[in-house]
Amino acid sequence: MTAVRRVDVLVVGAGPAGLATAARLAAAGAGRVEVLDRERQAGGVPRHCAHGGYGTWLHPLTGPGYARLLLDAADRAGASVRTGVTALDWAGPLSLHTVGPHGPETIEARAVVLATGARERPRAARLVPGTRPAGVYTTGELQQSVHLYRQHIGARALVVGAEDVSYAAADTLRAAGVAVVAMVTELPRAQAAPARAADTRLRHRVPLLTGTSVTELVGRGRLSGVRVRHRDGRTATLACDTVVFTGDFVPDHELARRGGLSLDPGTRGPAVDGGLRTSRPGVFAAGSVLHAVESAATAAREGAYAGRTVRDWLATGGWPDGVPLLVDPPLRWIAPNRVVPADGGRGERGPYVLRTSVVVARPVLRVSQDDRLLHTERPRTRTAVPHRTLTLAAHWTGRVDPKGGPVRVALG
Amino acid sequence: MTVTAHGPLPATTYDVAVVGAGVVGCAIARELARRPGLRVALVEAQDDVGQGSSKANTAILHTGFDAVPGSLEARLVREGARLLAAYAAECGIPVEPVGALLVAWDEEQLAALPRLADKAVRNGYHDAQHLDPAALYAREPRLGPGALGALHIPGESIVCPWTTTLAYATQAVRNGVDLHLNSPVETASRQDGTHVLGTARGELRARRLVNAAGLHADTLDRRLGRHDFTVTPRRGQLLVFDKSARDLVRHILLPVPTALGKGVLIAPTVYGNVLLGPTAEDLHDRRATESTAEGLAHLREKGGRILPELLDEEVTAVYAGLRAATEHEDYRIRAHPGQAYVTVGGIRSTGLTASLAIAEHVVGLLTADGLDAAPARDLEPVRMPNLGEAFPRPYQRAELIAADPEYGRLVCHCERVSRGEIRDALAATVPARTLEGLRRRTRARAGRCQGFYCGAAVRALFEEGRT
Ligand SMILES: Cc1cc2nc3c(=O)[nH]c(=O)nc-3n(C[C@H](O)[C@H](O)[C@H](O)COP(=O)(O)OP(=O)(O)OC[C@H]3O[C@@H](n4cnc5c(N)ncnc54)[C@H](O)[C@@H]3O)c2cc1C
Ligand SMILES: Cc1cc2nc3c(=O)[nH]c(=O)nc-3n(C[C@H](O)[C@H](O)[C@H](O)COP(=O)(O)OP(=O)(O)OC[C@H]3O[C@@H](n4cnc5c(N)ncnc54)[C@H](O)[C@@H]3O)c2cc1C
Repeated sequence: MTAVRRVDVLVVGAGPAGLATAARLAAAGAGRVEVLDRERQAGGVPRHCAHGGYGTWLHPLTGPGYARLLLDAADRAGASVRTGVTALDWAGPLSLHTVGPHGPETIEARAVVLATGARERPRAARLVPGTRPAGVYTTGELQQSVHLYRQHIGARALVVGAEDVSYAAADTLRAAGVAVVAMVTELPRAQAAPARAADTRLRHRVPLLTGTSVTELVGRGRLSGVRVRHRDGRTATLACDTVVFTGDFVPDHELARRGGLSLDPGTRGPAVDGGLRTSRPGVFAAGSVLHAVESAATAAREGAYAGRTVRDWLATGGWPDGVPLLVDPPLRWIAPNRVVPADGGRGERGPYVLRTSVVVARPVLRVSQDDRLLHTERPRTRTAVPHRTLTLAAHWTGRVDPKGGPVRVALG
Repeated sequence: MTVTAHGPLPATTYDVAVVGAGVVGCAIARELARRPGLRVALVEAQDDVGQGSSKANTAILHTGFDAVPGSLEARLVREGARLLAAYAAECGIPVEPVGALLVAWDEEQLAALPRLADKAVRNGYHDAQHLDPAALYAREPRLGPGALGALHIPGESIVCPWTTTLAYATQAVRNGVDLHLNSPVETASRQDGTHVLGTARGELRARRLVNAAGLHADTLDRRLGRHDFTVTPRRGQLLVFDKSARDLVRHILLPVPTALGKGVLIAPTVYGNVLLGPTAEDLHDRRATESTAEGLAHLREKGGRILPELLDEEVTAVYAGLRAATEHEDYRIRAHPGQAYVTVGGIRSTGLTASLAIAEHVVGLLTADGLDAAPARDLEPVRMPNLGEAFPRPYQRAELIAADPEYGRLVCHCERVSRGEIRDALAATVPARTLEGLRRRTRARAGRCQGFYCGAAVRALFEEGRT
């Protein structure tokens, strides 16, 4: 038998979302707030994003700087951040088995927040055929290799993907002295800010191959090339000793799944309502595990908001039911993905985030329930692009009939 | 204890040299180590043991129910399964007796089941049992619709092929066998009754030679003037699904062999994953271990019928192994009297199971041919690190972590591998020399993230620990 210890709130994951939740709760006097992270250092993904792109427009920060800021805030507020501790599995509805250098421990809480983040799909999961050589990376591994461990990478690299994280991978490669041979995407255009895409293409002379898929890795021992095929049928082998598979994020939903929480079929993360409540009373979720992935600022804002709804739960024990919030193709997913009428009442929560699977110019979002139109919105984004954030305001949720059918969002 | 990977090979004349450190060669070396006083060399072309077919198979400990009755393979599989099950328990090699179901999906396959049950009996296996659809679906509720019945073979098990090979090699080396890696045997001749093997690391001399070179056994045979068989590599591609798929399947789901071939299977692994495969493609290139788009599409199509929900799970690995098929329907194990030479060829698709029995058989042939060996002794058991989910892993063992907190410091999170295990694998009797070798010894990086979280940290520990 392992020891059982009680806390008020247990947060799993000390990335931006989990640290922001803990800081908010501890500052509000929610009792003992504990954050676990299995890594040796807190901060989540930003720990190894040595590039800028974090913080605010007025106060830009690098990833590690941003991670430190969030950790300091959680510490100052009085949350206990414990690193090197893994939450393994559920021991009960609101308790978890953990392990660390001090051994196993079961921690029971009055509320649990899952902020376990997301990862990129590696080569195998994308079913890319060929040999199994060295030199195959995801951005996450690449960034840690370069920025945390200063490992040797290679001489010539191909970047698979053309979204924000793909450009971050290209920057990291350049910082490590690796020439970027090309970037490839199956889509007809880059999915990052036009200025960033143009800068990489023109100033750094990295060609972007659109409408192109990776068909095979070649090379024994070490990668020697990547075969690609263009939509029009042309094929080529790009000589390189390194390939980075970027993006194609999947939420780290292991705990949610093992706990039997309802998952959303679109995001594959736990299904939550606007209050970030999962299907199990007392269990909340925030950050990339809900929407893989948005900016760190979105994750942190959401984490802070979870702090607020956790406090409501601790005070009242209320757990509203809500109805499913679904999307019609070509939308891929929306988060949160359940809705209760009160969700939109608080501006602090921020908008819903969505993804499309195809490029749509001048998108219009239509929200309806049982054929009743609840809301129409023309997003600020002029063109909806796959892998890029599309948002939907939340102020219409008061019109939802809590006893009605699912609410649907369509893209026009 | 001697494991070498570079520099010239020792000038001594060994009593026996075994060429090829796959599961078969390692088992033979271990069996020879049981005879005190023998000087034995295990000579391997690659930088680790078990890098050939032995690392890339479906990891099933067969009963031999469907072997060709009366064949050498049938006997050695049957005996080998029993020996390996006992050995695994002694060494801590993970084995799970999950049992197999041969599922019939059409009338032809259904009609084949009684014949297979009969064959099982002729192979000395008496526990096979017919299941009607209701009994089958009760055992495998997630099976796709349309199955007509099954033959239940409760004795089939799953095993860790990496730990098995490594346990043999470890025990052999601890008991005096010299393991020489990075030593491809390129020439072979006999001078004054001594075999002289020319390798990339210089010459190696031995009075007797055992050829356990797997896919290359025929090539080595020809160098010694033997032309008994030709190896045709038969590729098997496989998909490994994430642990979340493990609950979908309880047994090994075997295809019913028909005129059209063997078909693909779905099997749990001792690591808690699910395997889908293998393909069966006859090739010429003995290095063609790459996967192909057609192969993977074929597997997914078949797998989707057997276990539809499997395809929604994440794939954690894709690999391919080559079976050393020959023109003969049996193992090609032959002593060549007068040449002080034994060939162990054509160990196609059951060699993991049969390995210990093959080893006994081969050492028997050597002694019959005049190898002067003391009676076999029992070796001190080795205790292998546990990679299996059915047994406590280090992170689950409070007493171990209390004694050494490094076992509580997880590095590879998907597979829950601790720093302590990585440290141990780098300092073991047959240590990990590459990241791949480290993966096979610890599972580090073998999980769903494939290194997104831990790749750099594992590499750092590897580079630190190696020097
Ligand atoms: C390569 C890359 C580059 C990026 N670049 C940018 C950028 O430039 N700007 C930007 O705004 N955003 C960027 N992002 C996105 C940003 O990093 C994420 O939005 C943010 O990290 C999400 O925070 P999170 O807390 O939800 O998850 P994460 O940061 O992923 O943190 C999750 C934490 O949970 C821990 N954890 C998981 N499971 C367990 C468990 N069972 N037990 C204990 N701990 C556990 C993990 O160790 C991890 O520390 C990038 C993302 C990636 C992958
Ligand atoms: C897809 C597939 C699925 C299978 N499934 C199962 C199963 O479920 N159960 C089961 O029991 N069996 C299974 N098998 C069969 C099993 O894997 C093999 O029978 C077994 O691994 C053969 O072992 P080996 O030592 O003979 O060959 P290998 O493992 O190939 O070893 C031969 C070694 O010899 C070395 N070598 C070759 N030439 C030279 C040279 N000139 N000099 C020095 N070294 C040399 C090679 O590098 C290699 O390490 C399967 C095989 C495949 C391919």
